[in-house]
Amino acid sequence: MQENENQPIRQEHAGFPWKQVIGLLLSLALTFLALWIAVGLSLPVNVTIAIIVALAIFQAFIQLFMFMHVTEGTEPVHQLISILFGIYVAFAVVAGTIWILYAQMG
Amino acid sequence: MAESLLSLNPKKRKDLPLEYSTEEGDLKIVGFWVFLAAELVLFGTLFGSYLVLQSHTAGGPSAHELFKIGPVMIETVVLLVSSFTCGLSTLELRRHNVKGLIGWLVVTVLLGLVFIGFEGNEFFTYAAHEGATLQTSAFLSGFFILLGTHGAHVSLGIVWIAGILIQLARRGITPVTARKAFIVGLYWHFLDVVWIFIFTAVYLTGWVM
Repeated sequence: MQENENQPIRQEHAGFPWKQVIGLLLSLALTFLALWIAVGLSLPVNVTIAIIVALAIFQAFIQLFMFMHVTEGTEPVHQLISILFGIYVAFAVVAGTIWILYAQMG
Repeated sequence: MAESLLSLNPKKRKDLPLEYSTEEGDLKIVGFWVFLAAELVLFGTLFGSYLVLQSHTAGGPSAHELFKIGPVMIETVVLLVSSFTCGLSTLELRRHNVKGLIGWLVVTVLLGLVFIGFEGNEFFTYAAHEGATLQTSAFLSGFFILLGTHGAHVSLGIVWIAGILIQLARRGITPVTARKAFIVGLYWHFLDVVWIFIFTAVYLTGWVM
């Protein structure tokens, strides 16, 4: 019984770890792309910051889906709600702080 | 009925990997996600304060003068690769290959130590050679608190993985050790996510400003 239950799991994860390798290559590519945009190019500061923040968010989602298996489990909706709420509060704190203490005071 | 509405792509427990095989393991993994969401908020507050204090250098060195591209890129690449090796350890866990799991976790710990070494050296260089300490300016207080909190998390992660390695060597892969190895992996990937934002909001932004 035990053997039979483990068999499909082994087959599902057999072979070359494409998902992990693609995740690593994408992360490295996005990191160096962001470095090049920030240091190599001389775009306006606002445009540069918007682009590198977008690249960081994209890279964070690669980690979440390719390495952390966020959609896995008997009822993944529970962890998805938690993480989305965490992202929302963290975003509100960061954006609200910058808005009130930085942008308003100049 | 109401339950099925809330379940997004649900699966039976027996179709899932070993770490989900008991209700306890399943609940602890969900609970760890809730903890990570709280950690996200903790780091959010530190990012918020750092970004506001960034320009308050009080006559001390600014971000642009202080940060060197070389060591920062080494730290970033080392941590990205350690996240990859940690991902491979989870894959070996799913293959029920205890040797592969232990091997990749050892590589992950070693890369974590390299990261901490470079970060410690970076802090030491700032404090000893550039006169940039926690007390120098609001910018540096924010910098050392944010980076220090992340570094402390990575250090804890190293100790934690080392503990899991001992359990794996003694007990092999069981539903309990599988759950522990999976959760420590989640923690490690999360620290990489935080570093991506430190790299962007602290270092890249420092070079642009």
